[in-house]
Amino acid sequence: GNWSRLAAQQSLSQDKLLEFDTFGNVSLIHITDIHAQLVPHYFREPSVNIGVGSNKGAVPHVTGADFRKLYGIDDGSHSAYALTYNDFSSLAKGYGNIGGMDRVSTVINAIRADRPDALLLDGGDTWHGSYTCYQSQGQDMVNVMNALKPDAMTFHWEFTLGSDRVAEIVEGLPFAALGQNIFDAEWDEPAELFPPYKFFERGGVKIAVIGQAFPYMPIANPGWMFPEYSFGIRDERMQEMVDEVRSKGAELVVCLSHNGFDVDKKMAGKVTGIDVILSGHTHDALPEPVLIGETIIVASGSTGKFVSRVDLDVRDGRMMGFRHKLIPILSDVIAPDPIVTKVIEEQRAPHIDALREVIGKTADDQLLYRRGNFNGTWDDLICDALISEREADIALSPGVRWGPSVLPGQDITREDIWNVTSMTYGQAYRTEMTGEFLHVVLEDVADNLFNPDPYYQQGGDMVRVGGLGYRIDISKPQGDRITEMTLLKTGEAIDPAKSYQVAGWASVNEDTEGPQIWDVVEAHIAKQGTISLDPNNSVKVVGA
Amino acid sequence: LLVAGLPKQGAAAATSDELIAAFTGGAEVGAGDIKLTAPEIAENGNTVPIEVSSGTATEILVLAMGNPTPSVATFKFGTLAASRAASTRIRLAGTQDVVAIAKLEDGSFVKTSSTVKVTIGGCGG
Amino acid sequence: MASGVKPRVKVPKKAAAGETITIKTLISHKMESGQRKDKEGNVIPRSIINRFTCDFNGENVVDVKLEPAISTNPYFEFEAVVPEAGEFAFTWYDDDGSVYDTTKKIAIE
Ligand SMILES: [Mn+2]
Ligand SMILES: [Mn+2]
Repeated sequence: GNWSRLAAQQSLSQDKLLEFDTFGNVSLIHITDIHAQLVPHYFREPSVNIGVGSNKGAVPHVTGADFRKLYGIDDGSHSAYALTYNDFSSLAKGYGNIGGMDRVSTVINAIRADRPDALLLDGGDTWHGSYTCYQSQGQDMVNVMNALKPDAMTFHWEFTLGSDRVAEIVEGLPFAALGQNIFDAEWDEPAELFPPYKFFERGGVKIAVIGQAFPYMPIANPGWMFPEYSFGIRDERMQEMVDEVRSKGAELVVCLSHNGFDVDKKMAGKVTGIDVILSGHTHDALPEPVLIGETIIVASGSTGKFVSRVDLDVRDGRMMGFRHKLIPILSDVIAPDPIVTKVIEEQRAPHIDALREVIGKTADDQLLYRRGNFNGTWDDLICDALISEREADIALSPGVRWGPSVLPGQDITREDIWNVTSMTYGQAYRTEMTGEFLHVVLEDVADNLFNPDPYYQQGGDMVRVGGLGYRIDISKPQGDRITEMTLLKTGEAIDPAKSYQVAGWASVNEDTEGPQIWDVVEAHIAKQGTISLDPNNSVKVVGA
Repeated sequence: LLVAGLPKQGAAAATSDELIAAFTGGAEVGAGDIKLTAPEIAENGNTVPIEVSSGTATEILVLAMGNPTPSVATFKFGTLAASRAASTRIRLAGTQDVVAIAKLEDGSFVKTSSTVKVTIGGCGG
Repeated sequence: MASGVKPRVKVPKKAAAGETITIKTLISHKMESGQRKDKEGNVIPRSIINRFTCDFNGENVVDVKLEPAISTNPYFEFEAVVPEAGEFAFTWYDDDGSVYDTTKKIAIE
């Protein structure tokens, strides 16, 4: 498109983005899955997000033009830029960066100006995902979030800081750390550090916020880092907690969830009495809540790209109505909150030279992004780096949903590399796997994504592969989905009995050895200079 | 992501038949007063919580049909057991059926089973 | 005797006569299954707790036979009737012949 920055922004203003007819007597502000992104950046939404079973074709499993049609979004509009992937590079040049926690703060302050006692709730995946977050073991995010004054949060990646560090931070938090499903693994009792819920008195309404942490922590992340805890969906206990808070007089029950959207939908159908689920983990951004029974589910995206405002009319102990807005954080349109800018700069100052060091650049037609069920160009690049730097036949890269985009013709800094690789178990391993085992791995991860029962969907997107092609039939059961596995460098079929050299990272196994993935990727990019990737056509998807 | 160990396929069916025969003395095993509670998905295959319960069992045998050695435990309830129920944590080498067989007060045997999915790892979102 | 073996139990301090109480027990033990190999490829010999019992004033509550498929740090939860004041006795039997025990008194309220 012919989008100049000026033309794109002329029609936009901060006031317009924030425009909202204050409604009812209670306001909720939801942010989630920030993944430690303190400063403005780019983030491309997925092109492929397949729903299975009863969620086939249902939001949030709608992308691109279908998504715009569903919500009446004009092509080329700021909403199209924020919520869909098409024309991303050209729209990004027009509309600019998104996110930045100082911009998020401005929006929160504006809502609080309307409704001083609005509740600010953080859905978790907050203390993870950047250079400064890694170096400070989450302290940078804790300092910045404290400046925003949240009322409660729940958790996922936070636990990969290790349970001692999590306990140290949580004990000092000036707000509630909630998780009705966080249990002491030893005695199978609710973990004392994480209360199931907290009551708030706002707008004359007694509100209960119940926390729901990510249920499959020890499956998706290394359980040895937090052996003291057990999680799970525990929807029966969720019902008990809802009943308990209702019996104590709660007029509004809010679930601050890190279940993921489809799991929240299923839970909303099983647990009665929740008015609002603020959904996190799957990084979906929806312009309207989804209604399941009498529960509304709100999805607020990720990376600081959106803030959801939900105004509620609560009368006679019941939610009578709501008004909702998903506010896109367009960083060039929304003024930064100088107080929070200063806190952010303090966190970055000790590392600023390391962060800004330019390692390489993208070719003029090369966008680096991650989101998508099967691959993203960032992951293609990471897999290339693993194969060349670790001299492997095949590379595996985790299907995480976080990680900003880098535009065509843009410098790639060390910060950019860490934004898509930073974690506390980033060692790049090299190992032999038989063809049979590789098949088992792909089948296992595919079932974690495409099992028709949302409660069996336990992780992120599909594991990314380099050097390997395959065909996947989404509609088949586990064990039958993956066929036609091919070693790309020879074009030969993968032999179940033969061993292959496989490099990967983010193993959940303790004692994984190897260089850190960000060093591997940095070395590769430095050697390449300008990054230009071949199109990835190695995964053939059917049955969707 | 992944690689927490290869799930093993159960090549031990004969052994579990033998274990069941040893427990029942070859008596017929029906369905009835026995309940097994296990997660649909294990958070960790090395420590899967299970509960067995029955109104009238004197003894309950637990087997993991897909483990290299299917024996798990045998619970005997004494005179001061308030219920014929117990919970423990077990190791499962891959997705498989867990089986509980109870010997009831009337001398009959009943059986139930539950499938537990054990994944080798996912990718965090 | 295996090192670092430590039994822990949770029993209410008081109960009404005839009341049902829940008991939880843990013992720190690696439960070496006999199916693992060391770095040199040699099988690590089996070393597990093979039996656990709970008695109250000499009468049995549960008697469990454990196999190598019981997880590290064996955990049991069960219910007992408390007919009178007295003492619960918990006993764990190790493959190596060691016997670990602990007791808990309970009063009648
Ligand atoms: Mn996330
Ligand atoms: Mn998450």
